[in-house]
Amino acid sequence: MTKTLLTTTCLTVLALSQTASADTLRLLTWGGYAPDEVIEMFEEETGHTVEVTKSNNEEMIAKLRATGGGGFDLAQPSQDRIMGPQMEFGIYKPIDVSKLDESLFIPSMLKATMGNTTVGGDVYGVPHVWGTSGLVINTAEAGDVVKDYTDLCAPEVAGNVSYRLKRPTLIGFAFALGEDPFAAYGDEEKYAEIMQKVETKLTECKSNVKTYWGGGDELMNLLRSGEVTASMAWDTGGWKLNDDNADITFVAPASGALGWIDTFVLPAKGQADDAAYDWINFVMQPEVAAKITASAGNFTASAGADQFAEDSLKAKYQASFPQEAIDNIKWYPPVPAGLESIEGDVLDRVQAAN
Amino acid sequence: MRNHARIGFVLLLTPLVLWLSLLIIIPHIDMLLISLRERISFGVYDTSLAQYEKALTEPLYLRTFWRTAIMSILATGITLLIAFPVAYYIAKMAKGRLQQVLFLLCLIPFYVSELVRTFGWMILLRETGLISNLLQWVGLADQPVEMLYNDSAMMVGLVYTSMLFMVVPLVTTLESLDDSVIEAGYDLGGNGLSVLREIIIPHAMPGIVSGSIVVFMLSLGNYLTPTMLGGKDSLWFTEMIYNQFIVRSNWELGATFGFMLLLLSSVIVWGMLRLTGRTLQETMG
Repeated sequence: MTKTLLTTTCLTVLALSQTASADTLRLLTWGGYAPDEVIEMFEEETGHTVEVTKSNNEEMIAKLRATGGGGFDLAQPSQDRIMGPQMEFGIYKPIDVSKLDESLFIPSMLKATMGNTTVGGDVYGVPHVWGTSGLVINTAEAGDVVKDYTDLCAPEVAGNVSYRLKRPTLIGFAFALGEDPFAAYGDEEKYAEIMQKVETKLTECKSNVKTYWGGGDELMNLLRSGEVTASMAWDTGGWKLNDDNADITFVAPASGALGWIDTFVLPAKGQADDAAYDWINFVMQPEVAAKITASAGNFTASAGADQFAEDSLKAKYQASFPQEAIDNIKWYPPVPAGLESIEGDVLDRVQAAN
Repeated sequence: MRNHARIGFVLLLTPLVLWLSLLIIIPHIDMLLISLRERISFGVYDTSLAQYEKALTEPLYLRTFWRTAIMSILATGITLLIAFPVAYYIAKMAKGRLQQVLFLLCLIPFYVSELVRTFGWMILLRETGLISNLLQWVGLADQPVEMLYNDSAMMVGLVYTSMLFMVVPLVTTLESLDDSVIEAGYDLGGNGLSVLREIIIPHAMPGIVSGSIVVFMLSLGNYLTPTMLGGKDSLWFTEMIYNQFIVRSNWELGATFGFMLLLLSSVIVWGMLRLTGRTLQETMG
């Protein structure tokens, strides 16, 4: 009896110490960036376990801010959302680039992201997945009318338009109105002036809008059912719908698609940095990166992953992005802190306008 | 002996005190402190009433604030109007098994989550949805009808979500009303209307007030229904709180909004009790 008890206790203690020594990687990421298949491969190879929490930019930052950068070991906000929150709340810790295999990254993208996420000489982010946002259009219905963001306000598509009331919409409309909001990032007065113009346009345009979409699935339903024929959305959304309905696809707007890069950052109170570096090095391998591209629908910053990507996705990408459209992509620079409150006021007023 | 009783008292009280202080009082104090801050620059904050000033001077915030309050009161009224006959039927007209079945029918929609129920309404009301197709099939409409994304759809959702919380207290109070009292009312020459006004409603008053308070609170604090069913103009106050906290990272203004909402609901509940001449003890006890 005593012996059994002793053995059980020993086993329990052993089991407990086992779980304590193996690292658990708590990953805060986007839907599709950590497919089950990749997680299984990673767990098998390294012995770490991965816990995934799916989120979006705003919620990631809000979550990390609430805990002072705790609760997660690796997060994936967009590269323009790193410098501001880091200066304001100090929720990230510097990345030791020497622990990463730099040869796995596309050099230009790695350099640009590291430059955009440097605060006080320390690098806080490395690139993972990139993509663009622009127009997702039912080309049979609205293809001739809608060529740019502002065309969503055309009378021909009245009542069949949907976009988000978020900052990409403001930026997109600003470019379509002939302004350069990114150049005005450093000048709050000028930026407020541009946003004023955008507000007037969006208020005018409001009667055209069926509803402001909130989540990706909501927009997919609206487009699939034909209730919406022209919208502002991510490229992957358009390409996914293209599989179901050949008329619907992503179109790069005349004034330029907006380019984003989602990154890897280490939250300030992360407890499994080694597992985090292991994860980054693992998923940036070309074969693994191709699996993530297949699941998320977007390309990664992994060098050489292109040749493993599906041909159908490559074909859609090439159809949406002729060379001049690629050159015209407007990449988001880091957002200075004060601007978001200007944008917030504009968005509130547009939503409340009649 | 006395000592034992005291230990028992303390032990029984501990969960309540912990719950109140850890989950309600301390977070609220923290919220209050946040709402009294003003951001100066990176990580530098100053104590000021600037957030309250902003919340009370910006017409948009005030409009949304009052709109949310008035719509919630309206939703409470509509819920009461619909729930009263239902509750009366269940409590007084239906007997035995039927009574239980009807009560269960009211409960069944709440077996699924609010999200699923709201999606159900979206499937019914959307342009390519069930009702629109039905109308076209019958011939009452010659093109798809959009019934989603407006204030009426939102109101339908709010009333549907809160029905049960009105029906339950009403059924409980109405059941305690002796049938012979109603009969006596008729015997003394009353008609349906005067019996309802003089006997049934006064008796059901505790149920009406407590049901109304719960429904009002639920509507005022609802986030999902206004966001999903409401149109592009229908901004709800809870949505603004979420926006300030999560999207704008402006916790100071968000906390201020939170306190405004807390104050509003307290004032309206107090007003409702005053109006009906009841005390909180009578209603809740």
